[in-house]
Amino acid sequence: MSVDTSKQPLTTPAGTGPLVRLEQVTKRFGDNTVLDHLDFSVDAGKHVTLIGPSGSGKTTILRLLMTLTKPDEGTITVDGERLFPASEKQCREVRKKIGMVFQQFNLFPNMTVLRNLTEAPVTVLGLSKDEAEERARELLDLVGLADKCDVRPTQLSGGQQQRVAIARALAMRPKVLLLDEVTSALDPELVAGVLDLLRDIARSTDITMLCVTHEMNFARDISDQVLMFDSGRILEAGPPEKIFGDPEQERTREFISAVL
Amino acid sequence: MNWDWSAVSDFMPHFWDGLVVTLEALALGSLISFALGLVWALLMRTPTRWVRWPVGVVTEFVRDTPLLVQLFFLFYVLPERGVTMSALTTGVVAIGLHYSTYTMQVYRAGIEAVPVGQWEAATALSLPVRRTWTAVILPQAVRRVVPALGNYVIAMLKDTPMLMVITVLEMLGQARLFSQQTFRFTEPLTVIGVAFVVVSYLASLLLRTLERRLVR
Ligand SMILES: Nc1ncnc2c1ncn2[C@@H]1O[C@H](COP(=O)(O)OP(=O)(O)OP(=O)(O)O)[C@@H](O)[C@H]1O
Ligand SMILES: [Mg+2]
Repeated sequence: MSVDTSKQPLTTPAGTGPLVRLEQVTKRFGDNTVLDHLDFSVDAGKHVTLIGPSGSGKTTILRLLMTLTKPDEGTITVDGERLFPASEKQCREVRKKIGMVFQQFNLFPNMTVLRNLTEAPVTVLGLSKDEAEERARELLDLVGLADKCDVRPTQLSGGQQQRVAIARALAMRPKVLLLDEVTSALDPELVAGVLDLLRDIARSTDITMLCVTHEMNFARDISDQVLMFDSGRILEAGPPEKIFGDPEQERTREFISAVL
Repeated sequence: MNWDWSAVSDFMPHFWDGLVVTLEALALGSLISFALGLVWALLMRTPTRWVRWPVGVVTEFVRDTPLLVQLFFLFYVLPERGVTMSALTTGVVAIGLHYSTYTMQVYRAGIEAVPVGQWEAATALSLPVRRTWTAVILPQAVRRVVPALGNYVIAMLKDTPMLMVITVLEMLGQARLFSQQTFRFTEPLTVIGVAFVVVSYLASLLLRTLERRLVR
């Protein structure tokens, strides 16, 4: 299974400079300051993994980028355009560059697998039904589910549903793909298939990835950079060899040995 | 109290007339309450308080006043204001409006029962709000609410005799008229009693079929 990028690039070729940039981003839930003046950026085409203990704010960062929640302070820029603060209209435009895969898949149960993949390309990107279906079939082929076009998502296994969800996100040709613990709701024997698919996508496309995961081997394989979070701040950042092999912070070492 | 089959057969032509009116009132009342209830439920979800507030007050008022009072109001007060409708139309509107204030709660529960992840997935795919409603949320909400809506159809059926008070000759109206003319009560009332049971049974069968269709 491999991705043929020469024919159908999933994104436009990677430019230079940061594709995603968070500056001084603060997010509170009531009195609880979840992210505290956070700064970080991700260059185009890079794969960044977010690790850290439960409640450290990893999901919150992805949700801010997906505009599922708004920061209290700071700025977020994606591909040179403001995502926050920005007008509704601007926000809607910039959001199209971002795709997200959820822990619980969140496929639309009232649609067939194929329609899950064509709905947004047709209504949002304005593709014709035929174009959208062709794209959808290619992606289903990529994720190994070409024969499941006409079934309902509920008839698929968790692993299959998650692969459809990945294909659905890719059907929008996002520049950035956000992955929030996409294998943690899966039965153990289904995890490897989904991780292999993601490895494959990471290797053979130039899509930028932000990935929250507890799968340390996977993180080591795909990451250009690993960010270790603790209480809403980046405790430590570096290439996977460094973070997993020789972290500077004792806290990081403890966390990694606890997870492994 | 003796049973007279000839009274039954004398009543039957009137019974069929009444049955048609009852079914008409039920079908149209259901349609109005289903459609209007959805409109109320959606209006209650708008971000503007100036829409939600009046809708909330009016529907609460309609829900908490008796259907009988609303029937009289529509039948006697509206014509004074220059609005004239046939008795049956008035009855259908009253039943539909009254029950829409119940179906709106059913829809609301159905909409709220759609997992928040569905909204989030729609946002992640940049689906416009309107499309999110029509393609994602409502199809899932509606199939959840069919059984509950079905219960209100049965309840509506049992309220149709109230239309008698505004001169609509549905089944009970026909039975009463027949009784006044012939002094036979047992036969017409028994016939329509059986008819109510049969109609509600058939209606629930119909709804169950619909439910199965939707919950594929
Ligand atoms: N909708 C919300 N309302 C209130 N508090 C929230 C909400 N979402 C998250 N939080 C709080 O924000 C903090 C960070 O949550 P977040 O989900 O980002 O953590 P996480 O790093 O993804 O953790 P996990 O590994 O458990 O998924 C937690 O303290 C959590 O309780
Ligand atoms: Mg999380």
